[in-house]
Amino acid sequence: MELVCPAGSFPALKAAVDNGADTVYFGFRDATNARHFAGLNFDRRKAEKGIDYARSRGVKVLCAINTFPQPQGWKVWQQAVDMAADLQVNALIGADMGVLGYAAEQHPDLNLHLSVQGSATNYEALNYYKQQFNIKRAVLPRVLSLAQVEHLAKHSPVELEVFAFGSLCIMVEGRCYLSSYLTDESPNTCGACSPAKAVRWEETSRGLESRLNDVLIDRYADGEKAGYPTLCKGRFDVEGNVYHAMEEPTSLNTLDLIPQLESIGISAVKIEGRQRSPAYVAEVVKIWRQALDLAKAQQQSPENFQVKPEWNQGLTDLSEGSTTTIGAYHRSWQ
Amino acid sequence: MDNSKQLTMGLTLGPLLYFWPKQDVYNFYAQMAETEVETIYLGETVCSKRRQLKTADWISLAQELKSCGKQVVLSGLALLEAESEMKSLRRICSNGEFMVEANDIAAVQMLSEQELPFVTGPSVNIYNLQVLKQLYKSGMRRWVMPVELGADTLQELLQQAEEDGGLPELETEVFAYGCLPLAYAARCFTARYRNVPKDNCEFCCIEYPDGLVMRSQEGKELFTMNGIQTLSAEHYNLEHQLNRMQEIGVNKVRLSPQREGMSEVIERFASRLKGEEPSTISLVNQDHCNGYWFAEPGIRWMETNA
Repeated sequence: MELVCPAGSFPALKAAVDNGADTVYFGFRDATNARHFAGLNFDRRKAEKGIDYARSRGVKVLCAINTFPQPQGWKVWQQAVDMAADLQVNALIGADMGVLGYAAEQHPDLNLHLSVQGSATNYEALNYYKQQFNIKRAVLPRVLSLAQVEHLAKHSPVELEVFAFGSLCIMVEGRCYLSSYLTDESPNTCGACSPAKAVRWEETSRGLESRLNDVLIDRYADGEKAGYPTLCKGRFDVEGNVYHAMEEPTSLNTLDLIPQLESIGISAVKIEGRQRSPAYVAEVVKIWRQALDLAKAQQQSPENFQVKPEWNQGLTDLSEGSTTTIGAYHRSWQ
Repeated sequence: MDNSKQLTMGLTLGPLLYFWPKQDVYNFYAQMAETEVETIYLGETVCSKRRQLKTADWISLAQELKSCGKQVVLSGLALLEAESEMKSLRRICSNGEFMVEANDIAAVQMLSEQELPFVTGPSVNIYNLQVLKQLYKSGMRRWVMPVELGADTLQELLQQAEEDGGLPELETEVFAYGCLPLAYAARCFTARYRNVPKDNCEFCCIEYPDGLVMRSQEGKELFTMNGIQTLSAEHYNLEHQLNRMQEIGVNKVRLSPQREGMSEVIERFASRLKGEEPSTISLVNQDHCNGYWFAEPGIRWMETNA
């Protein structure tokens, strides 16, 4: 399986390439991609530099243009597609049908991948994207169980990529407006979930509080590890019970599933985290490279594959809330 | 604002998002048959495990409502993961009688293969003209705007569509009343609240006919948990925006089913469409939001001088 790694900056790209990425993905420095954070991402000059660096080391480069343009912004997305084509990236990762359609029509040689933001969870949806835009690959939302991924892989008209490690979106990507309900910016419209401008941290007599546009998302006792206030990971009150009503702060970690994902025919595994530091990317990529190499070496007897404790420890230390889960891949999580 | 002129937009009743006992569903629609909604969307859009009414029951109900003079559209599931779900969706898409609301691209694919005209629901991402044209080409003849978009964006979009001229039969519907559908997940939040696994959920959603409200630790109402769906806690209410809607070119105004006071909601919107002030018809829910329509955070209520 191809190891697809996040490049939120040139140093992160370098870290991914140097530590064993097969492929890196990046976005431009604007709302055209789903990690539109201050100080992140690439302008044209940086993108050229990054692509040179990756290519000269045999690593492929994908460009994410995976938000949903509105009428007033259409030209910006159009230019982003043209630039990606001009940079000759190995593929464009798109979500919006308008963007995909424009790319397919104007740049027929540009490979298209359906972004996780495209929300395709079944083969009929994939058939549509394949027939209409000739997509080559789709990234699956983090909502399917392993059995469902297997069924999908059997019937899919295109290659599949799944999330391997990183922050866990528990909602179907591309169909979650929780962020814009409180802040006016969502992943779909602006490439932002709980935008930094709306986040406030406050030490109070009741503990450390995180707020999003003034709404209390969580309150931490002394010594409790605080997480970024994404709405789905807040602690809320339901009928008098205060708990993580949707999900605990945790990261997805699927090291254990490598042999199964391989055997059901998954083409690529994706590391989330373009907003993460180069040091984080280096560490995660290094561990995943080792794990994939070991799985490959044991291809003849996949049942022997064992995740090394130091890999799990390494990844857990880097995780939200210092815990990991295989998430929806396991039915009991759902 | 001048409310004296009559508006020509039609009222629609969106699909029932909650899980109610069968008889309650029948009683509700018997009541709805008597109201001024012109179109009724029927079917399960949230969770395939909710089977108080099976597909065949929804179709018979559709036929009854049709005989009462309602236009009926069958709505499909928004999140399709299992083969069994695809099978029921196929059944809905090939019902042979009623138009279908596609809430996932799977339904778009099934309907376009049969060259049938269809509606797209609010969970289909249409944010620009290019997507409107793409889906129009596939057979979409009515679309419900994604709820996070507002009036200015819609106006620009429909202006572009008019200038383009390639979408003559397209109708636009706006979600205008009810808790807003905001997200879908693999996880069932109602089962999680009850501490039972989703695979053995005991159909507990049926005990929460209005969903379960999630509040901040300071008591602010934020969301409504409805199985795998997350809705807003506040009721979205665009009753003061009907003139603007009509000016922009909206054709249909969607009201989302709720257990209590639905007839009053409909009456209130119907009288506003006639240019009357519905001061004597009161709503069960007094806390409203309308922020999305004004490109503000959805939870906000923007005071207008209507």
